[in-house]
Amino acid sequence: MSLIRKSQRQGLRSQKKRSLTCVNEYFSDEHNEVFGVFLQRLTIPMANYILTQRQRQVARSGVETGKMDCNKPSVAGSVSQRACVFCGSRVVLYPIADALHIIHGPIGCAAYTWDIRGAMSSGPELHRMSFSTDLSEKEVIFGGEPKLYKGLVELIDKYSPKAAFVYSTCIVGIIGDDVEKICKQVAQDKNIPILPVQAPGFQGSKKDGYKVACEALFNLVGTLDLPTPWFSINILGDFNLAGELWILTEYYKKMGIHINATITGDGRVDHIRNAHNASLNVVQCSGSMSHLARLMKEKYGIPFMQVSYFGIEDMSDALYEVAKFFKSDDLMAKAQDIVKDEIGKLMPSLQWYKNQLEGKKAAIYVGGAFKAISLIKALRLIGVKTVVVGSQTGNADDYEIIKKLSDEDTIIVDDSNPVELSNFVKEKQADVFIGGVKERPIAYKIGIGFCDHNHERKEALAGYEGMMNFAKEIHATIMSPVWKFTR
Amino acid sequence: MITLNSINKATSSTRNACKLCAPLGASLVFKGIEGCVPLIHGSQGCSTYIRRYMISHYKEPVDIASTNFSEEAAVFGGGQNFVTGINNIIEQYRPAVIGIASTCLSETIGEDVDALVRDYSEQMNNGGQPLFFNVATPSYCGTHMNGFHQAAIAAVARFAMQAKKEEHINLFPGFVTPADIRYLKELCIDLGIKATIFPDYSETLDNVHTHEYQLIPTGGTPITDLEKTGSAKATIEFGTVFNRGGKNMHGAIHSAGEWLQQKMSVSNHQLNMPIGIDASDKFMNVLSEFSESPVPEKHVKERGRLIDAYVDAHKYVFGKRAVVYGEEDFVIATSAFLKEIGIVPVLVASGASSGVLKSAMNEITGPNDETIYADGSDFATMREMMQELKPDIMIGNSKGYYIAREMEIPLVRVGFPIHDRFGASRMHHIGYRGTQELFDRIVNALIEYKQENSPVGYKYI
Repeated sequence: MSLIRKSQRQGLRSQKKRSLTCVNEYFSDEHNEVFGVFLQRLTIPMANYILTQRQRQVARSGVETGKMDCNKPSVAGSVSQRACVFCGSRVVLYPIADALHIIHGPIGCAAYTWDIRGAMSSGPELHRMSFSTDLSEKEVIFGGEPKLYKGLVELIDKYSPKAAFVYSTCIVGIIGDDVEKICKQVAQDKNIPILPVQAPGFQGSKKDGYKVACEALFNLVGTLDLPTPWFSINILGDFNLAGELWILTEYYKKMGIHINATITGDGRVDHIRNAHNASLNVVQCSGSMSHLARLMKEKYGIPFMQVSYFGIEDMSDALYEVAKFFKSDDLMAKAQDIVKDEIGKLMPSLQWYKNQLEGKKAAIYVGGAFKAISLIKALRLIGVKTVVVGSQTGNADDYEIIKKLSDEDTIIVDDSNPVELSNFVKEKQADVFIGGVKERPIAYKIGIGFCDHNHERKEALAGYEGMMNFAKEIHATIMSPVWKFTR
Repeated sequence: MITLNSINKATSSTRNACKLCAPLGASLVFKGIEGCVPLIHGSQGCSTYIRRYMISHYKEPVDIASTNFSEEAAVFGGGQNFVTGINNIIEQYRPAVIGIASTCLSETIGEDVDALVRDYSEQMNNGGQPLFFNVATPSYCGTHMNGFHQAAIAAVARFAMQAKKEEHINLFPGFVTPADIRYLKELCIDLGIKATIFPDYSETLDNVHTHEYQLIPTGGTPITDLEKTGSAKATIEFGTVFNRGGKNMHGAIHSAGEWLQQKMSVSNHQLNMPIGIDASDKFMNVLSEFSESPVPEKHVKERGRLIDAYVDAHKYVFGKRAVVYGEEDFVIATSAFLKEIGIVPVLVASGASSGVLKSAMNEITGPNDETIYADGSDFATMREMMQELKPDIMIGNSKGYYIAREMEIPLVRVGFPIHDRFGASRMHHIGYRGTQELFDRIVNALIEYKQENSPVGYKYI
């Protein structure tokens, strides 16, 4: 007994060395002995910062074989970087600029997602408003249906949207509101599509929110027929952050391809309603949009392909694959011209960056695994090796691709958290972290560079000019002289 | 067209909210306690959104755990998630304290967090664990400020110990910036006052470069100090509205100071947040009385320089029409300061609806005939009112920027959140020195506007 206690105390002492604010500073020895019961795992030397329930969601390429665990709900208390079902649906639908997006629930969900990603629109900007029924205690007790009905009618009268999305948050089902009924009623009264988005936060993860959003979109598709040429595509899964969509559509237009609907970046309700008339769905961000592509294939027979617009290789493939699909020599020749031209402009500068950055190491933790895959390739192009790579929502196939693509002993992680990520970055001595807002303090407190590849990026990172911006940003953050003071 | 004076919010739904939800406020208080990890009992999204929102403002790590409700938990209760969550926090973070905030979800399904904490403590032998305290923060009741004060009350109710009164005081500044809190510490040292400042997130949310990712950032009010709040000779707290307008678990008690007064007989001094000379004088006088010594010369001179600056700049600001928005206690203090320098607060707005905004303001400044009070308001309504009010300047958090941009008027960013400028934590706006900083920024915003819009582009203004 006393031996166990001794080892527990040692465990506590070694923790103290790590300069964490530590329990034993607050408690007497007597308390510590009891507390040791909670800390038994701390004495295990192996990567003990990874929770037992999460051990199978971390792997090292070339070292560990077998499939990783993924597609699981986040573990309570793990401080997952993921958000919720509502978040997944909201980020996917929000760029539809001429729709009304109203969040049915208490205020938080609407406040935290107001104009959250800076998705750009070439016309209306109704999507940049944050509408909420802002339920109060009274409605929680007596029901929120009247407030939702009134809110919808008022806002439709005021803003004349082309459609409305009604997001149900956590408590809506629990208090028994029939949102579908209200949507039907308002659709009838106001004669525009009103689409319920069933997104209570607890009904799965962010990924399930993507699915819910796809289903809401699918209800719009096929409700309008506009003349649509044969060489026409829908672009799925680009959200026009920093105007990225416009870079891509420019390439496709140069090839002579008609862009039918962009779902959802710079999105318009009528384009989405007519989306079933395109010849092909080109899907980026597969995690969020494959479901819609599959639904459209089943119902309308529209084939789809998965692409990525990050990095030279993937960007070029995205053009070639579309040309191949249409079996047109002319399209292919034009695609080749674009690629040749763009790469010709890009390569000398990229080579310079590569010389500067050769041998640097990167950690990647992003929402979708498909983006992570592109990033590994894009980084390689500028001489940067990826040593940690993870995503919030990747599936088993994604992680297998990542394993194959990665150098030996690269850490691969699903649904990670600050404890793990900070330890991975330190162990692998990464020079730069590529992630989102929540990962930024991990990089900066440790004292390494950071590149925002999510909500807060203001420079386009897609397409060929995006590759250039990416190289510039990686270079700037790694080469900044400020690191002199942090080392 | 909006009829001014009669409308707080023009639609039944909220358009561009000028408030946040209660668990965010509670999380701020948790971050102000040494060794504390916040846990939000609800869906994963609540903690992630709040983390993201706070990180964008403070530019610091903000780790908040979640019990991660699944559908099963929503139906059968979140007890198992709670136990797993606490165990995993202990394993990963080894915290001294875990602060638990509920959510709209856990409150609506009727989770009894008190019981969950009690059961956990009993099952785990009731010793050596982190300390727990929990607060009910359903987001359908009030705003983030209700969560903030509810958590502050919960903290003193949990930790304060009744004891013989000693010489130290409690200083509860409410929702101010890390720079403000550091200033208060300096002030107490200068006056020789021993004070428990709570919540103190001056370091946890504005830390030095640490060379590592501190899972629990250093700093925060120590639990031992919170225990001593019960034996303080007095409490000073900033604000007059506090927890009014939300769900109140403590009857007529609206703040931590009121709780200590009622339950532990600690005399309570509620002061308007000290922005401006009048409000700062009142605060300094109270401090000076407690220290039984005059205000140190350093601070007297800061006051003198501030008056000198008021004089130098009075013509740039006189008669300008301002819109002030944000938390109620913040807008009341800021508007009182604006009146002091001759700026007319034409619209004083908040997303909160305590029902006392106007009366609290009038009590401080006397009647304000030119001022429209909009509580329970939102940014879209404010924008519509401003078309008629034609203000010269906006003062408040960064979410009003889109209106300032559209109306081509300056915005002085103060309050929370500030997501589009750097250094929000270092903005200081209380006391003579803080008022000086805020005053300079307001004057310069007006001067810059004049210069930018002048065909001449004066070199001297």
